Amino acid sequence: MTVDSQTTPLSPKDYASDQHVRWCPGCGDYSILAQMKKALAELQIPKEKCVFISGIGCSSRFPYYLDTYGIHGIHGRAAAIATGLKMARPDLSVWVITGDGDGLSIGGNHFIHTIRRNVDLNIVLFNNRIYGLTKGQVSPTSEFGKKTKSTPWGSVDNPVRPISAALGAEATFVARTIDTHVKHLANILVQAAQHKGVSFVEVYQNCNIFNDGAYLYATDRQQKFDNVLELEHGKPMIFGKNGEKGIRFKDFHLEVVTIGENGVTENDLLVHDETRKDPSLAFLLGNLSYPEFPEPIGVFRSVSKPSYEELVANQIQQAREKIGKNELKDLLYTGDTWVVE
Amino acid sequence: MTTTSTKSVNKKRQVSEIEQATVRFAGDSGDGMQLVGDQFTHSSVLFGNDVATLPDYPAEIRAPAGSLGGVSGFQINFAGKEIHTPGDKVNALFAMNPAALKVNIADLDAGGLLVVNKDAFTAENLKKANYDSNPLEDGSLKNYKVIQIPLSTLNQEAVEGLGLDKKSAERCKNFFVLGLAYWIYDRPIEQTLNWLKKKFAKMPEIAEANERSMRAGYHFGETTELIANTYQVHKANPAAGTYRKVTGNEATSLGLITASKISNKPLFYGSYPITPASEILQDLSAKKNFGVTTFQAEDEIAAICAAIGASYGGALAATGTSGPGMALKTEGIGLAVMTELPLVVVNVQRGGPSTGLPTKTEQADLFQALLGRNGECPVPVLAACTPSDCFYMAIEASRIAMKFMTPVILLTDGYLANGAEPLRIPDIDDLPKIDVDYFTDSSAAPFKPYTRNERLARPWALPGTPELMHRVGGLEKEHITGNVSYDPANHDYMIRLRQEKVNGIVEDIPLAQVNGDEEGDLLVVGWGGTYGSIMTAVEKLRQKGKSISSLHIKYLNPFPKNLGAILKRYKKVAAAELNLGQLQFVLRSKFLVDVKSVNKVQGKPFRADELCDAFLEILETI
Repeated sequence: MTVDSQTTPLSPKDYASDQHVRWCPGCGDYSILAQMKKALAELQIPKEKCVFISGIGCSSRFPYYLDTYGIHGIHGRAAAIATGLKMARPDLSVWVITGDGDGLSIGGNHFIHTIRRNVDLNIVLFNNRIYGLTKGQVSPTSEFGKKTKSTPWGSVDNPVRPISAALGAEATFVARTIDTHVKHLANILVQAAQHKGVSFVEVYQNCNIFNDGAYLYATDRQQKFDNVLELEHGKPMIFGKNGEKGIRFKDFHLEVVTIGENGVTENDLLVHDETRKDPSLAFLLGNLSYPEFPEPIGVFRSVSKPSYEELVANQIQQAREKIGKNELKDLLYTGDTWVVE
Repeated sequence: MTTTSTKSVNKKRQVSEIEQATVRFAGDSGDGMQLVGDQFTHSSVLFGNDVATLPDYPAEIRAPAGSLGGVSGFQINFAGKEIHTPGDKVNALFAMNPAALKVNIADLDAGGLLVVNKDAFTAENLKKANYDSNPLEDGSLKNYKVIQIPLSTLNQEAVEGLGLDKKSAERCKNFFVLGLAYWIYDRPIEQTLNWLKKKFAKMPEIAEANERSMRAGYHFGETTELIANTYQVHKANPAAGTYRKVTGNEATSLGLITASKISNKPLFYGSYPITPASEILQDLSAKKNFGVTTFQAEDEIAAICAAIGASYGGALAATGTSGPGMALKTEGIGLAVMTELPLVVVNVQRGGPSTGLPTKTEQADLFQALLGRNGECPVPVLAACTPSDCFYMAIEASRIAMKFMTPVILLTDGYLANGAEPLRIPDIDDLPKIDVDYFTDSSAAPFKPYTRNERLARPWALPGTPELMHRVGGLEKEHITGNVSYDPANHDYMIRLRQEKVNGIVEDIPLAQVNGDEEGDLLVVGWGGTYGSIMTAVEKLRQKGKSISSLHIKYLNPFPKNLGAILKRYKKVAAAELNLGQLQFVLRSKFLVDVKSVNKVQGKPFRADELCDAFLEILETI
């Protein structure tokens, strides 16, 4: 780092690499890249302290476009690579960039285990509900019945819900945002980075070539108010163009109610508490899906738990203090020895 | 067993001084035979013998009691001279039941000592072992010195009054056998007594019961008149120094930590449990005080990927597994080749293909190590040849990985991994030096991560270093800049460059050494865990005046520089290996020499005598 860069704050463009960005024009990934640079600048994380690790897929080209450290890994394995790096180097800010196919299909196993260990990583999953880089096959988040090149008769796979999957593994920070909802996106990335422990962020991302309009219901000016519920900690769950609708918890289910109808008041609505220890309610929220329900965005869950790499480092520290004897000579002479004159 | 002198203690008993003996303990997989073998080995090395061991156990943790499939055995060869194998024929067999007898009797030397637990020869157990008649009564064992002991009964009597239930009491009977074996071979029992006290510090009644059983076994030998001969095996006379016992897996983990210490790089070991490699993970996990970070990953792929991440962060990173796990790590190894990050991949080979024979040894993963990846993907391959050599080869693998910025495959095998022998503890000053520094020069911005030094290794620049931000990955890299490149000429260049880098390691490894004459009729080439058997067989034939030499290859990619020239100095060359001729194939294609193959794939090491026969057969054709 030069003397200058230590005194001058980093701006978003300082995080850009010299590489030409090669996503299709109009891809939602551009927006995520731009907001990531903004978030990093807001946090003022030194460039050399950031590592972006990805798998394979369109989203996984992300690390090349940032002037930080990075690994473009192999398909599905970014979380595993990142886990090893974070264990070896807890001082770094480590990000996992993945997609719905990379993170939830081929990398599904690592997704679960990285999350349940609570490694202090920021996992950003670009969910476009399609295989883009391989040109349009069904993905694990594609809707049931979806017709794609590999499912000409319609998909008979039930889709996985990324938020529910992350909550099922008891992720300590779970959030959802939308590529075109830029301020919300940048803000969620900042919160994810600030969370100690694993952070999981699902980004609704439009693939304008192979799955254009997949999230039109959530991005279109006319429709989005009825189809998106913005979660805010401590506030009642209200949505609709004029804030006339809300979410009520009844008989272990969530239901949509209209304020002022059938005697419903704001007091009957659920108040969002992202710090709730039990993830069950967050899980119910994660299951809300269009068209029956509005889909929540924002922070579903944010709780505190010791992070994995910290626990690992503590054990090593304890072993050093308790056992001592950590020189090479101690190692070689461990156990019974005998001397031949 | 070679008898050097015999004297009578009294009318009925003789003590023979012998140079060497091979003993096998065999019973149900729950009978504690591995423990008995381990204790006998430990006492023998502490006494001063050279030892080589061969544990042989089933893949099932508890196969049905008394069944042939559930037999677990432990063979130990101990001697007053240097030895290289666990022995061919067994001089004494301790069989805990009919199944153990049936599985092992063929390996007992004619006239050998056979100790059986008479109590276990019930009609039911005989049936389970497929015996039509009781071998203790039908005369089929007349060629052996059979000693029938009511082991279960005597053992129950020994532990009486301690309040143990019958099952717990029965569990001690392996110590009765151990005590008897100690008496027959004149071993001190103190080592095991100390071990029991430590092991069962919190269960003194169990320690007491086992001690009583062992003493009962020992005194049974002394007082009974069943055993006419006992033996003394004198101390071996190895090089001066301090020694300890190691198994191959212990030695591998010791070597990895040692490499971490001498290179001043923290050790990261990512692994997933798999037979027979799990002990490396367990052993390293118990050594956190040396700064070792271990990671039991969710699968084999995560294990290698985490190691790659740690390597990027500056750790001496390693992952260990066996054949099926190796198959899963293949793509990860490719990533390490492309990103040119140091990584040690240990493959403790077992019987294959697929799940194969998890607990048995084999050398059939050589092709996989040399060739088993997509694309032109050169990886240095090393192989340890004895349990203690695993220590040195783990250091070598680490040294080459870091010095050349490359993954390195270290092949060991189930026989080496579980076999034990003495390791002379080296002087720390005599260990190889590993001087590899991270690249930290921030002045040469923009940083070019794919520049190279004289060894063609690229700089190891760690995240956190200002101004050296760079991205690595599996896509083809542009020479010097490391940017993604699809340029055909660059791809061709980089393919050749990566190959040249690995080829260049030849300048950094020792020359191959011939054991025997520098030229002659037959050269036997081996690699890996067959070292001891080949050495023993070749020595035997040389003593008979045959023109035969041997050469053991520890560096399989690249081969030592002088290997090709050596092969051409003999009338015939044979590769002896536990596969269908993989080294033979490689040597033929590489050096255009008509290499013969001596091979077997039974999940067992070579016996020296079968190798002698095979070598003689080739010699006769000259």
